[in-house]
Amino acid sequence: MPTSANTAKQHSKSAPATQKTKPSLTTATMTKLSLALSAILVGSASAFSLDMKAQGGNTRRELLQKTAGLATSIAVPTIANAYSVPDLNYPFEALEPYIDAPTMKIHHDKHHVANINKATEGKPEVDILELQLNALEAVSLRGPAVRNNGGGHYNHAFFWDEMAPPDEAKKTKPSSELEAMINKSFGSMDEMKAAFEARAAPGALFGSGWVWVCVNQAGDELKLVGTPNQDNPLMKGVADEVMFPILGLDVWEHAYYLKYQNRRPEYVSNWWNVVNWNKVSENFAYVKEKKAGVPVRG
Amino acid sequence: MSSKLISPALRAALNVNSSKLNAETTKLAAAYLSSAPAGGKHELPGLKYDYGALEPVISAETMTIHHTKHHQTYVTNLNASLEKLDAAVSSGDVSSILSLSGALKFNGGGHINHTLFWENLTSKGSSEFPSSGALKEAVEARFGSVDEMKKDLGAKSIGVQGSGWGWLGYNAASGLIETATCPNQDPLQPTTGLIPLLGIDVWEHAYYVDYRNVRPSYVNAIWDVIDWKVVEERLVKAKSG
Repeated sequence: MPTSANTAKQHSKSAPATQKTKPSLTTATMTKLSLALSAILVGSASAFSLDMKAQGGNTRRELLQKTAGLATSIAVPTIANAYSVPDLNYPFEALEPYIDAPTMKIHHDKHHVANINKATEGKPEVDILELQLNALEAVSLRGPAVRNNGGGHYNHAFFWDEMAPPDEAKKTKPSSELEAMINKSFGSMDEMKAAFEARAAPGALFGSGWVWVCVNQAGDELKLVGTPNQDNPLMKGVADEVMFPILGLDVWEHAYYLKYQNRRPEYVSNWWNVVNWNKVSENFAYVKEKKAGVPVRG
Repeated sequence: MSSKLISPALRAALNVNSSKLNAETTKLAAAYLSSAPAGGKHELPGLKYDYGALEPVISAETMTIHHTKHHQTYVTNLNASLEKLDAAVSSGDVSSILSLSGALKFNGGGHINHTLFWENLTSKGSSEFPSSGALKEAVEARFGSVDEMKKDLGAKSIGVQGSGWGWLGYNAASGLIETATCPNQDPLQPTTGLIPLLGIDVWEHAYYVDYRNVRPSYVNAIWDVIDWKVVEERLVKAKSG
């Protein structure tokens, strides 16, 4: 179990040997090199968001977070778009008491890793965002694993990064643009949260699934969408139109069972305490501009 | 037994999807659904064993939460949905009848499935697969051996995506038994026509406390606590019509 601000060092089963050797560079050089590598390997989207972070404050925690994220992208093997489980930006216990440490550990190390391992099952890997769009079609060619586990990889990678420890989360807030959009679409933040919680209730989203706040195709409204199993609104055919999530909550039982058992509503209402609205605002700015899904690490 | 009351009525309710449906029929379906052993409300059935009886395969903690929280919630919500159904049918509000179908399926299915589940479980060592008789014959006819049947049902149950159930069921048309899975709480008989013989709950709540994410370990272990006598009784009853 990690005790410092460093992230848990967990690697997927498919991690190649090269992931262990890291060049001895200064942080500044590493940052520049990683930006360049990221741009090549993962696309300009990642470089865009890293650039935004580089302009922010340079606290030790932020540097460590950047480095952890960058290390993942540096260490990507020579095959482009290979999936790997991204390290969390915080230790497993960081989201206590709202999400317990054992849940975070198993959720990340077991469930997310299983999604990655099964996502392609030996077949060539597709860019993870591209996979989402065509996931339903791909099922007829490649079987259900591509939808269930390709979706699962994206969803979980998205999920980890929109959360932060409670004392940090409470200092975050939606950007003025996001706030305006929330008010336009739901009336107010409180009304959005109430609608979200209603959509996430066991009677509304039955069984396993996710609840999302998305930007619609026209880019002029936020929509609330529930999806079953590991589907997400980026997948053509899942919602009325392809939509771009900016916020999402896992309501599979594994996401809350150890602490909440059957009390899903309590888990959902507690979850707001760990939402990083700065990241959600970044997501919003990104999807509005690019009309594409938020890129994820790994 | 409550599942006999619910199944045909649920099937009727699930088929209430046409405004052209005879008013009398919908009323009968609703009345059937609303009738229950204890004067108009469904109840959580008692278990025939202690909460700890299925250890070490399923812990007392799991059994307690599974029975008193999950199953109880289905019963409570089923009763609430049936009250709403009564009101909707009485006022001839077809729109409301239809909008209740999801809740009826979730909660009615949840009640049926769990009732069947508790009954086909028993303490480890107290039930052996019968060495002769209807069940053995049916299993061998369809799968060749018990082990093959377990492999088939086990793999299907493990492979359910998200929440659902694995089932061994009787196909009245073919006279054979088969394995099947259903998502969420979709009940076997109204969904597939198969008569349920043996159910395995693979919702995460059924195994997470004891097995965490390792569903295969749970499914492989559950064979030790199956009540084969009950499975055979169900088969004999199903075959007799």
